[in-house]
Amino acid sequence: MSFSIKKNAEVVVVDVEGQLIVGNRQELKQKVLDELEKGEKKFLIDFSQTGYIDSSGLGVLVSLSKKIREQGGELRLANLNDDLQTLFELTKLDTLFQISDTRERALESF
Amino acid sequence: MAESRVAFDLHIPSDVEYIEGVVELARQRCRELKLSPTKCSLNVPVALSEALSNAILRGNDKTGGKAVRVRAIITDTDLVFEIVDEGPGFDLDECEQDCTTAENLSKEEGRGLFLMRRLMDRVESFRDEGNVVRLTLHRE
Repeated sequence: MSFSIKKNAEVVVVDVEGQLIVGNRQELKQKVLDELEKGEKKFLIDFSQTGYIDSSGLGVLVSLSKKIREQGGELRLANLNDDLQTLFELTKLDTLFQISDTRERALESF
Repeated sequence: MAESRVAFDLHIPSDVEYIEGVVELARQRCRELKLSPTKCSLNVPVALSEALSNAILRGNDKTGGKAVRVRAIITDTDLVFEIVDEGPGFDLDECEQDCTTAENLSKEEGRGLFLMRRLMDRVESFRDEGNVVRLTLHRE
């Protein structure tokens, strides 16, 4: 499991490879907060290579979204597979995040 | 419980780094039992991960030197996981909150037990050799 960060125009794109769970959520949080501290405002997390997400992982997304908004920025999500979509619907987090079905659509939406 | 067999019985150190390995083993058993793809890739991984992290972080209170026992039991109708920690136990009903309300939706925590209950057919907690959380998922 790892997180890779790339810059696409003005958007910081984070790929979550593997699981986003209690054991690695802090790593994701720190990487995004480091970018936020550098002045980045637009963030996209791409889940196309993600297995499952637990409640800690969901919690980190909620927390990051709040912190990014507080700095005048925005966090969007893309490429949830059917399982992840179900997870977001169960927890109603699909109402809290702007979610796109492809990375390209997400990037266009900023 | 109907006639059953133990699919695995592990004692792991009380450390969240061990969760992913246990979950992967459980997923393999799910595939061998030919459970539905969603049960293999969503219900079991997320619910088991929640129960294990709860046992490690809350039950054992992140204390080093403690262990968590996790057992998978297969019956004719169900796949059952028993997660045993060394903590005092807790009342499931008192701990669960509805994380989908407007008030709770933007909170960082409070989704673990909610997810366990939505993804499993039954979630129980009781005292035995330690504090036991039992997750039951119907195979069909």
